[in-house]
Amino acid sequence: MLDKELRSMIGDVKGGRMDRRAFIQRLAAVGLTAPLANQILALGGVAMAEGVQTYKPTKRGGGGALKLLWWQGPTLLNPHFATGTKDQDGSRLFYEPLACWDPDGNMKLVLAAETPSVQNGLLAADGTSVTWKLKPGVKWHDGKPFSADDVVFTWQYAKDPATAAVTIATYRDLKVDKIDDLTVKITFPQPTPFWADAFVGAGAGQILPKHLFADYIGAKSRDAPANLAPVGTGPYKFLEFKPGDLIRGVINPDYHMANRPHFDSIEMKGGGDAVSAARAVIQTGEYDFGWNIQVEDDVLLRLEKGGKGRTVYATGGDTEFIALNFTDPNVEVDGEKSSIKTKHPLFSDPAVRKALSLLVDRESVKKAIYGRAGRTSANFLNGPEKFVSKNTTWEFSIEKASKMLDDAGWKPGADGIREKDGKKLKIVYQTSINGPRQKTQAIVKQACQKAGIDVELKSVVASVFFSSDVANPDTYPKFYADIEMFQIPLSQPDPSQHMRRYLSTLVASKENKWQGTNFPRWVNKDYDAAINAADREMDPIKRAALYVKANDLMWEDTVFITVMHRLKVEAAANTLRPVISGWANETDNLFDWYREE
Amino acid sequence: MSQYILRRLMIAIPSLLGISAVLFFVLALAPGDPFSELATNPNVPPEVQAALRAKFGLDDPIYLRYVHWLNAMVHGDWGFSFVSRMNVDTLILQRLPATLYVIGSAQILALLIAIPVGVYAATKPYSLFDQVANTLAFVGFSLPTFFTGILFILIFSVTLDWLPFVYTTDIKGTGIRWVLEMIRQAIMPVAVLGLFQAASMTRFVRSAMLDVIRLDYVTTARAKGLGQATVIVKHVMRNAMIPVVTLIALQMPAVFGGAIVTEQIFRIPGIGSLLITSILSNDTPVVMAVTFVFACLVVLFNLIADVLYGWLDPRISLR
Repeated sequence: MLDKELRSMIGDVKGGRMDRRAFIQRLAAVGLTAPLANQILALGGVAMAEGVQTYKPTKRGGGGALKLLWWQGPTLLNPHFATGTKDQDGSRLFYEPLACWDPDGNMKLVLAAETPSVQNGLLAADGTSVTWKLKPGVKWHDGKPFSADDVVFTWQYAKDPATAAVTIATYRDLKVDKIDDLTVKITFPQPTPFWADAFVGAGAGQILPKHLFADYIGAKSRDAPANLAPVGTGPYKFLEFKPGDLIRGVINPDYHMANRPHFDSIEMKGGGDAVSAARAVIQTGEYDFGWNIQVEDDVLLRLEKGGKGRTVYATGGDTEFIALNFTDPNVEVDGEKSSIKTKHPLFSDPAVRKALSLLVDRESVKKAIYGRAGRTSANFLNGPEKFVSKNTTWEFSIEKASKMLDDAGWKPGADGIREKDGKKLKIVYQTSINGPRQKTQAIVKQACQKAGIDVELKSVVASVFFSSDVANPDTYPKFYADIEMFQIPLSQPDPSQHMRRYLSTLVASKENKWQGTNFPRWVNKDYDAAINAADREMDPIKRAALYVKANDLMWEDTVFITVMHRLKVEAAANTLRPVISGWANETDNLFDWYREE
Repeated sequence: MSQYILRRLMIAIPSLLGISAVLFFVLALAPGDPFSELATNPNVPPEVQAALRAKFGLDDPIYLRYVHWLNAMVHGDWGFSFVSRMNVDTLILQRLPATLYVIGSAQILALLIAIPVGVYAATKPYSLFDQVANTLAFVGFSLPTFFTGILFILIFSVTLDWLPFVYTTDIKGTGIRWVLEMIRQAIMPVAVLGLFQAASMTRFVRSAMLDVIRLDYVTTARAKGLGQATVIVKHVMRNAMIPVVTLIALQMPAVFGGAIVTEQIFRIPGIGSLLITSILSNDTPVVMAVTFVFACLVVLFNLIADVLYGWLDPRISLR
C-alpha cells in the first residue's frame, strides 16, 4: 500500500502536481522523509534537490576570525588516514569532496557542477554507474588547476591496500574513469542504490591533489609532506598544524563559491574536555563553536542561562543500543567463549529477551541523561526517516515484564532472583566507561532488580572496549558478557553498511579473529535475505521496505534494545550561524557558516 | 670529580636500559589498540585495522619490537606516532616550549615564595607569621590542582571575566602586546601549579632551616657578633639548602615532563597533555619517548644534585 502511494506521489512531483516540499512532508506523515527521500526522487526520475540557501553575507571575508574548539584535537590532516571523525573534521577545513550533505540530508554541491540524476542522464537508471561533472576553474591552494585527474587519483590512492587508507571500503570495488578534464564516471560492480558514497561527504569523499600525492601512493604513503600540510581547494588555506593542539588557516581569496567564505581566518583548538569546551563557548564566549558537546542537559541548561552562546542540535541516525548475546559467554568451545556453536542459556527463551526490553526505561534515561540530545525510539534503525519503521513500539513496565517471566516459568527463588531449571536470571551488562553510559546502566539495573533479574555491571575503558586486540577479552566484538551497550555511528544518509553488519555470515568468531561484524551473533535467514535483496534493489520504495522489514525482524527477536536515538550536540556563540547536518561532519558545511552582527 | 661524573654516567646506562625495557614491556602488555577508534566506524572494514597493525609492526612478538625500538633509538630515530604519523621528536619539540614556559615559571614562582617564607618562618618559629604560613601551606598542598584550577577558572574567567582559560599558542599581535598576552594567559596555570609546589616546599625549607639553626656553630657565629642577616644567609641557609637542592633537582624533570592535570584543564599544549592523549590512544612510540626522556632527565638531575652537594658542603667528597 505504501508502495503505491509513494509511487503515485513521485509521479505527482514529476508531473509538477506536487512540489518537492509537500512530497517530503507527506513522506514524513507516513514515516518516510529526509535525506534519502531525495534519493528516492532522484532514482524516481526527479532531480535531487539543491540544499536550501541560508547564506546571507554578500561579500567574501569580513567576518573576522572563526575560533573552533574541538576537545579532541585532530591529530593528522590526511582524510584517508583519519582515525576518527576529528581528523576528518580537521582535513575538511582544507580539502573538499564533490558534494556534501545539508541538515535535511539533501545533497549540496561542492566541487561538482551538477547533481547526478536519471533525468540529466548522469545517473544510470540501473544504478551501475554515475557520472560527475566537475566545476570548471577550481584551483588548488598552490594555484594548480583542479581536474578529473585528481578525482581519479584519489580513487587509486585510497583503493591501494598498501596505502592502508581507512576509506578503502568505499573505493576498492568501484572503477573511476576520466571522461574529460571535467568529467569522471564511476562504475559499480553491481547495481548500487546508494551511489553517493565515493567522493561525497567528509568521511570518505575528500579529494587529494594528484600533483602532491602521486609520489606517495602505497607503502610510501606516510612520507608525504602534504600529510601534515594540506593543499586543498577549500575555503581556507592551510597555515599551521600542531597535532592534537591547533590548526590554523586563512581565507582563500580564490575560493570557487561566490561571497564565501565569510571568515578571514580560522583556528581549530584541541584538547581538554567537553564540559569546559561548553563553558568556553556558551559561558565565557572565548570560542565561537564547540564540537560534540556530550554533556548532561542539566549542565548545558545552566550554562545557557544568560550566557554568550547556545547549544545546537542536528538529527542523524545514531542509536545507543543494548545488544543481547545469542551465544553463551560462559562456556568455552574450541578455545572461544560466546561461540556460535552455543546457545545463550537464558536468552534462548524469547520471553527473557522481551522482558528485558520492557525493563529499559527510555523515558527516564532521556530525562535524566540525554535531555534535548535524545529521542526515545523502539527501532534499531533510526534514520534516514524513509527507512524508519513505524511498526514497532516500546514500553516500560516492570509488572508486564514480571508477568511475562512468571508465565514463562521463571519463578523467584529464595534470594528474590528468578530461576528456571536450575538456571538463575543473572546477567553481566558491559559498556565502555563514559558518564551517561554508567548512569544508563544504573537505571536499567534498578528496574531489572525489581523484576527479579540480577544484573552485574561492567565498564571497560573505551580504548579497550572498541579495540580489535585479539588478546583482550573485554572488547565489544568478543562480547564475553550477556548484554552490552554502545553506539555505532551512522555516518552517511543510507543504512546499507550499517545493516549489513548483522548478516549471519559475518558472525564474530575466533576463526575470523573477531573481525566479523555481527557481534550479537544473531542468525536469521529472513534478515539475510532482506539485506542481500536491499543491497541490489534499485527500486527505492521496495528497498526502503526491505530495510524496514530488517529492522522489524531485529525488533521481533529483541536483538537490540534501543536506549536512545541520539542527536548531535554542538555549542555555538549566539551570533554564529553554523550549518550542522546530522548526516555529515561538523565542518562539512563550513563554507556556509557566517556571523550575524 | 670528572672521574666521579664519568662513573656515574656509566652506571646510568644499565639503569636506563632497564627502565626502557620495563616501560616497553609494560606498555606492550597494556590492553588497547591505537586503531580502536576505527572499529566503531562502520565504513572501515576490519581488514584495514589489521593491515595497519601489520604495517606498524604491532603484530610482531614483544621482544622483537623492543629490539627494533632500541636499535632505532640508539641511532637517533625516535620513531613516529601511530596516531598522527608524525615523527615523535618533532611532536615533542613542538610541545616543549609551552611546557618549559608554564611549568618553568611555576617552579620559579614556587621557589620565590617558598625560600623567603620558609626561611623567615624558621627564624621565628611559632610566631604569628609562622603559624599563618604553616596553615596556608597546609591548605595549599591539601588542595589538588584539578580543584584549584577549576576554582580559579570559575572565579577569574567565568565570574570576573579577567583571564582567558584556554591557552593558545598562536597569539595575535606582536611585540609588547604578545608578551602581555602570553603573561595574561599563563597567570592562572602558573599560579595554580606554583602555589601548590610552593606550599609543600615552604614546609620543607622551614624544617630544613630549623634543623640547622639550632646547631652550635650557629650560636658560635652569633656569639662572634655577626648580624642576624649574615648568620641566616651565610651560615644557616647554605647548609640548610642541601636537602632543598635534592628536592628541586628532582622537580626539574617535571619542568620538562609537564603537568598532566593542569595542562589538561587549561588546554596547554605541553608534554603532559601529549603524554595523556597518547596514553589514552595507545600511541606507544610517543608514550615510550616521553617517558624515556623523562627517565633520562631524572637520572641526569640526580647526578647534578650530587655534584651540587660537593659545592654546598665541601665535607661531602665525591669519589
